[in-house]
Amino acid sequence: MALLNIQNVSIRGVSAALPKNVEYVKDYHLFSENEAKKFSASTGIYERRLANKTTTASDLCFDATEKLLDNLKWGRKDIDCLIFVTQTPDYVLPSTSCILQNRLNLSKEAVVFDISLGCSGWIYGLMTISNLLNTGTFKKGLLLVGDTITKTCSFEDKSTYPLFGDAGTATALEFDENSMGLKFHLSADGSGADAIHIPHGGYRYQTSKKSFQNEIFGNGITRKPLNLALEGMNVFSFGISKAPQSIKKLIDHFGINFDAVNYFIFHQANFFMNEKIRKKLKIPEDKVPYTLSEYGNTSCATIPLTIVDRLAKNTLNSKLEIIACGFGVGLSWGSVWFNLDNIVCPEVIEI
Amino acid sequence: MDKEKFLQNVLEQFEETDASQIKMQTEFLNLDEWDSLIALSVIAMIDDEYGVKVTGDDIRNSKTIEDIFKIVESKV
Repeated sequence: MALLNIQNVSIRGVSAALPKNVEYVKDYHLFSENEAKKFSASTGIYERRLANKTTTASDLCFDATEKLLDNLKWGRKDIDCLIFVTQTPDYVLPSTSCILQNRLNLSKEAVVFDISLGCSGWIYGLMTISNLLNTGTFKKGLLLVGDTITKTCSFEDKSTYPLFGDAGTATALEFDENSMGLKFHLSADGSGADAIHIPHGGYRYQTSKKSFQNEIFGNGITRKPLNLALEGMNVFSFGISKAPQSIKKLIDHFGINFDAVNYFIFHQANFFMNEKIRKKLKIPEDKVPYTLSEYGNTSCATIPLTIVDRLAKNTLNSKLEIIACGFGVGLSWGSVWFNLDNIVCPEVIEI
Repeated sequence: MDKEKFLQNVLEQFEETDASQIKMQTEFLNLDEWDSLIALSVIAMIDDEYGVKVTGDDIRNSKTIEDIFKIVESKV
C-alpha cells in the first residue's frame, strides 16, 4: 500500500490567486431559473472565477508565488526545487516549470519539473516535493498548483461548464528536523480513465478536423472531442467510496487521533458528493470548510485555495492539524495529514 | 436481497413523488421527479446499504427499479 511518512519537512506558507472575472450560475444560458436553483442547491456552486483568454494557470501561480515569497522574505536564489502541477500547461512542451524558473528568477541550479494531475494533484505534488526536501540536500521548495480548467469546457455542456472555475496556488515547504512530518496515502485506478477526460489533442487521438466538430449528446450536453467530458455518475460513485477509504487507511495505518484533527479539507468536487463523504466519515460540519459557493471546482487548486480562503486567519498564531483528501481525474486519489504551525498565508490575490 | 426493502430504500430518495406510484416495474425515467440528482442519491443509497458500486451505465441500461435491483443483486 502506498502509505508513507515524511519526517523532516514543514509547510511554511500557502497563497492563492484568482481571476477577477466572476460568472454566476444563475446567468448560465442553458439553465432555467428553477434548474439553476436546483443545480446550486445540490452542487453548492453559485459563482466561479474564469480566467480571460490570455491568462494561463502559470500566470495565476506566478502571482501567488511572488506574493508568498515576498511575505516569507525568501530569496529567489534560495529556492532549491519547484514543481508545477497542472493539466492546463502553457505549452505541450517545454515544461511550464522551466518557464516559471526563469520568470521567478530562480537559480539555474534549481530542480524544476511538471506533474500532470488534477483533483489529486496537490496531494501528489506535496508527496513529491516533500521527498525531495526530506534528506536536507534541498532546503527550500515551491509547489505551484493551478489550472484554467474552464478553458477545456464546452459552453454548451451543462454537465461541465457551470461546475468549474480557475485558480492558481503556491505552497512553500522547507527542510525541518523539528517537523511533525507529513503522512500520505496515495492510490490510482486507470480503469476509470474515461470518467473524466479530454478525448482528443494528445497523441492517442491527435488534433484533427473531427476534434473541432460538435457532438450532440442531448439533455444540454454538446461538446467537441477537444472538450472536457465528465461521466458524473461514475465519478460520484468512485468519490463516495474511495475518498473515505483513503482517509480511513491513513488514520488507521499511522494511528492518527481522529478527534485531534482540526480540519478535513476535501477536494471541492461538489457539495452533494463531499457531504456524502463527510457523513460517511462522521466528521462534524464545522471541521469541513467549503469554498464551492464562490469558486466552484478549480481542479487541482481546490485544497490550497480552501486553506487560504477559509483558514488564513486561524493559521496566524496557532497550530492546526489537517487532513486533506483529493480525488478525481485519473482516476487518482490520495490523503495527507500535516500540521500548519504559524504559517504565512496572505489573503487571496485577484488578478 | 429483500426486494421490498430495496424498493423502500429507492422510494426514500424521492421527495415529491407519491410512494404508491412507484413499484418495482415502474419505468423510473417516466417519473417527473427523476433527474440526475435522484440517480446520484440512488447510487449513494446502494453504496451505503449494500456496499455495491453501480456505474452510470448500470443506471442508463436500466428501465425499471427491478432492473437496478438485479444489477445490485449480481454485484453483492
